[in-house]
Amino acid sequence: MIPMFDKKIESLNDIEQLRKRLHGERQSYKTRVLICMTGCRALGAQDVAAQLRKKLKSLSLDEEVALVEAGCIGICAIAPVLLIEPHGYLYGGVTPEDVDEIISTSIQQGKAVERLALIQNGKSAPCIDEIDFYKKQNRSVLENCGRIDPRRIEDAIERGEYVTAIKTLSEKEPQQVIDEVTQSGLRGRGGAGFPTGVKWGFCRKSPGGEKYLICNADEGDPGAFMDRALLEGDPHSVIEGMIIAAYAIGASRGFIYVRAEYPIAVEHINIALRQARSLGLLGKNIGGAGFDFDIEVRMGAGAFVCGEETALIASLEGKRGMPTSRPPFPAVRGYREKPTNINNVETFANVPLIIRNGADWYNQIGTEKSKGTKIFALAGKVNNTGLVEVPMGATLREIIFGIGGGIPKGRRFKAAQMGGPSGGCIPAKYLDNGIDYDSVQEIGAIMGSGGLIVMDEDTCMVDVARYFLQFVQSESCGKCTPCRVGTKKMLDILGAICEGRAKPEDIETLEQLAADVQQASLCGLGQTAPSPVLSTLANFKDEYMQHVVEKKCPAGVCKSLLRYAILEVCTGCGVCKKVCPVGAISGETKELHRIDPDVCTKCGQCFEVCRFGAVAR
Amino acid sequence: MGDSVGIEAGLKLGPLDEILASMPGVGAESLVPILQQVQKAYGHLPRAILMEVSERTGIPASRIFGVATFYEQFHLEPHGRHIVRCCRGTACHVRGGPGIAEAIRHTLGIEPGETTEDMCFTFETVACLGTCFLAPVIMVNNDYYGNLSSRKIKKILEKYT
Repeated sequence: MIPMFDKKIESLNDIEQLRKRLHGERQSYKTRVLICMTGCRALGAQDVAAQLRKKLKSLSLDEEVALVEAGCIGICAIAPVLLIEPHGYLYGGVTPEDVDEIISTSIQQGKAVERLALIQNGKSAPCIDEIDFYKKQNRSVLENCGRIDPRRIEDAIERGEYVTAIKTLSEKEPQQVIDEVTQSGLRGRGGAGFPTGVKWGFCRKSPGGEKYLICNADEGDPGAFMDRALLEGDPHSVIEGMIIAAYAIGASRGFIYVRAEYPIAVEHINIALRQARSLGLLGKNIGGAGFDFDIEVRMGAGAFVCGEETALIASLEGKRGMPTSRPPFPAVRGYREKPTNINNVETFANVPLIIRNGADWYNQIGTEKSKGTKIFALAGKVNNTGLVEVPMGATLREIIFGIGGGIPKGRRFKAAQMGGPSGGCIPAKYLDNGIDYDSVQEIGAIMGSGGLIVMDEDTCMVDVARYFLQFVQSESCGKCTPCRVGTKKMLDILGAICEGRAKPEDIETLEQLAADVQQASLCGLGQTAPSPVLSTLANFKDEYMQHVVEKKCPAGVCKSLLRYAILEVCTGCGVCKKVCPVGAISGETKELHRIDPDVCTKCGQCFEVCRFGAVAR
Repeated sequence: MGDSVGIEAGLKLGPLDEILASMPGVGAESLVPILQQVQKAYGHLPRAILMEVSERTGIPASRIFGVATFYEQFHLEPHGRHIVRCCRGTACHVRGGPGIAEAIRHTLGIEPGETTEDMCFTFETVACLGTCFLAPVIMVNNDYYGNLSSRKIKKILEKYT
């Protein structure tokens, strides 16, 4: 229970009063130091936070400086990240040794520590407001992510969270909520883009008193971490969205099905649920509005296919996570054979925004058929990897070059992979196309859940296609033959191409198989499994042909087509000989070295370490 | 009923008693959470314990083994003292992940899914750790190692021997 608030919230007035009080308390702090304690933990954020806490206390600054252990601040590339409010100083790569300077310069004198700031266009840019990475985004769903301590519901309420839910339960009819969401144009953020309000309407209309609501947090696409960041950084927005959705469809029980590989997310949701329950924001008679709803967390057990809604339901029911054919859709017959509504994490997080600001407000953001913003996990060969939120319709150029700061080491952009194993690779010629559900589909990819992997000239597109196919092949549940066997046959052909054993006619077989698997598979996993192959074939056919005809991998990735050798420019420094894990390199110091091709495993370590460009492949 | 079971000597039933007692009225629907807790308590899913689960909950053993072998998280054999997880996500893949997996394989002399003979390491690959900004990345137990190159692997693993 929150100190100073020892009773449950029983009315809209109660939560508004509480919010006011918390807002007042916040003003007592002159400065807030926010440190990402989720993703940035991997690079030592905990040590920085501990040192900050110790120093602030020893200087008796802990009364006026709030140290907030926040969620993802966004710019993961410079982790661990620290943000100082109200100045807006953003520091990256912070270590415990930097703490003294941060306190004396930024907290006590209000000045920036230039050396910890991001370098932009050759100059340091210490203020978050001047950083392109943030300036060019529209952070609405992510507004509170990285700005609150997700483990303190007080922080969320102070920012206005849960107020919209209580207001909705007290003042609106369920149908009004569904109408508002339908009019907003919100479409499912899990990737398929089905209109959310329409989906809710189906479930509400399904006969039966017992209905269920599920949040799909089984974020399985490799390269996607939006849902993880939201659940870790602002789980309350998802819970609030679920309360509103449950009210709209008439569900009294909900689940959050989350990947076990996300321990921090699981921890933060559980804390948030406990706190919401103790304040009367979940459970019986929520906020005194006469509506009952509670949420349970279930952890996935490592099966990608469980992201598919019927497989997810099977898993919740304690079965092997295998999909079933639709119809019947879960809205008619889902969990325990009862009407069930499933939405993705980000979809739920959009709901409070829509209800708070209205469908008309939401409608203004985005394109004609795709409304609102989309969060992308920007990663791969890009400078500013991180969490990015842009209006629908933003171009890939804006995202990758404007926000992402372009490709490292001045290399050339080759493709952007969207939609994970169900998506495709978008080549440079589409960099200026606006990105929304429909336009992405037209160019052979899908919006997907939001993983956006940037690839440069060192990425082999045939290898990427093989990579995704290998992924779906190993994750195929095995229930239907086209997916189980078809993907295996396709993978065999791709393997042959990468190893230089393929014939030109194999490409035709590959295309035919792709069409068959697409059409005949039972669920979305199989139906979309050929997409990465088809999109790379459509856009990078030359590269396939170079593998097949010339037996060459122009990007230097496919091992079987490479041969490592040492050139005359070798100085005989011996570094390659030292790193070679299999002893394939021989040669006397200061003399030309050589690689024994029979022993070489083509691991590429010699190529990596040579400072003289003497290793060729 | 004794306090230990069957062929896998030394297996105590106490942890299982506690798990089942904490989940009153368990049915087949709770199978995944039951198995998750059993694995947490025993380190893996011992066959004798699974048979015991079947006996006590009435869930057919065929269904229990079906579920236990479907999900990647569950394993029927004991794991090593340290778990090395190599991320095979997309960002890791395009930033040299396959070379990292190769280096682990070479250093430990085992394939993904296997455990070293001295029970020191189990080597696994995972679909994506969701820390793409660290790519290529591995986890040893709960420690992340990011921005790797294959020649750093040996030193990292040596820390755990």
